Amino acid sequence: MISPGRSWREYPQRYRLEAAKCSCGKVLYPPRVVCPSCKGDTFETIVLPRKGKVVTYTVVRVPPAGFTEQTPLPIALVELMEGVRIMVQVGDLADPDELEIGMPVRLEFRRISWDGDAGLIFYGHKAVKS
Amino acid sequence: MRDVAVIGVGMTEFGELWSDSLRTIWAKAALAALADAGVDEVDLITVGCMSPGLFVGQEHLASVLADEIGMAGVPSARVESACASGGLALRTGFAEVASGLSDTVLVTGVEKMTDVDGSDATYALGTAADQEWEGFHGITFPGLYAMLAMAHMERYGTTVEQLAAVAVKNHANGLLNPHAQYHLKLTVEDVLSSTMVADPLHLFDCSPVTDGAAAVILTTVERAKEINGKRPIVKISGSGLATDTITLANREDLTELKAVRLAADRAYAMADRKPEDMHVVEVHDCFTIAEIMATEAIGLFEPGEGGAAAAGGLTALNGKIPVNTSGGLKSKGHPVGATGVAQAAEIVTQLRGEAGQRQVEGATVGLAQNMGGSGGSSIVHIMEVVK
Repeated sequence: MISPGRSWREYPQRYRLEAAKCSCGKVLYPPRVVCPSCKGDTFETIVLPRKGKVVTYTVVRVPPAGFTEQTPLPIALVELMEGVRIMVQVGDLADPDELEIGMPVRLEFRRISWDGDAGLIFYGHKAVKS
Repeated sequence: MRDVAVIGVGMTEFGELWSDSLRTIWAKAALAALADAGVDEVDLITVGCMSPGLFVGQEHLASVLADEIGMAGVPSARVESACASGGLALRTGFAEVASGLSDTVLVTGVEKMTDVDGSDATYALGTAADQEWEGFHGITFPGLYAMLAMAHMERYGTTVEQLAAVAVKNHANGLLNPHAQYHLKLTVEDVLSSTMVADPLHLFDCSPVTDGAAAVILTTVERAKEINGKRPIVKISGSGLATDTITLANREDLTELKAVRLAADRAYAMADRKPEDMHVVEVHDCFTIAEIMATEAIGLFEPGEGGAAAAGGLTALNGKIPVNTSGGLKSKGHPVGATGVAQAAEIVTQLRGEAGQRQVEGATVGLAQNMGGSGGSSIVHIMEVVK
């Protein structure tokens, strides 16, 4: 499971959707020390938009440890802006078969998983139908 | 560079080998390859193994294994590239012999996956994907390939029946391979009625959890001619290695396995060969969609035509270009670190004309494509009979 230190380190991206915008215009989520596009290292912090569309998806029916209470688990790759995609669960679907490529979604702050009854609770964003 | 030959192959049965430990499995394959080559000393051992730490709680594997067969003192190195660790072990050995650093190398691949339960095995395999930004949300390995399959189906009209056709073909080939984990004839209906793992992939679209090891012996073609009497000498004429983004989020094109295309291009260029020159091919069919996308990426078929090619019988044992005559990862089994070496062993066996019932008649040129994660790395080798 994820340690407290590692979880804390990732709060800006998980909680606030913070990304790094390079001086060349490339947006990196998560941030990196060097831009893979122009090799530059001058960034400003931006917040990603919350609306996007499904690029591809699946419904995980055999879940990994930590997600057995959330099965079936719809997961999508969502494009938030040109060149910026994010892997997220899709929440609030009455039927996972509703999911389709191109579906408009928005991101909402949600509980993602939890480490038993006494461990950490991991928060982040899930997509819902928009 | 010196020309490099494969002069020996060996592998264990693949399956749930409850009575054997990792080191026992490995030793059996290594000794079989040494015996097949007629060699008892090597300058180097390479070990492809993805995660002995998570699967059996043992690191420092290169030394453990050299010692296991009485070769403590011999240089030994473990290399890792997730499920392409075996292919990387082969490439490492190839580079050593080609460069003159070593004359004879024992190349091995091994994984012991059934000493942990299914949940721990899933976790260990999952570490080949991006844990922080994709695994965090609950995506599994079948889930990542399912997402690639969805994108391929959307763009090219690939169908679940075409995916199933890959499983049916590879299980038919596996029936003819005594080392295969499953000797199980499947129909398209069997695949489509099996449990859904991650839409659109069913249980029979997925390769299994497997214990096993494979080994090959490399030396120079010059030395091979001295010691290898009557059998055809098989040389490695091309080797290509490439990477791609680990996260699907950063892939420009979700319908192409770019690392596979780049690795294949590099191997073809080194061998001065083209896709249409191949007589027999092993690809990394960890999932049925992976075989379809791999056959496109190595240039056997145009992008989008891999599914129709499989369903149309073009890749069957008696087809235009037989793919995964061993049964592939699907039927032969997928001990992840061993897979790349086992693929090479199958191509060598085919090129030597020793593949028995699954022999592709007259095969003199073949290709093996190994892949890590959901395409984050790939290694391609081209092999041919020395005339």
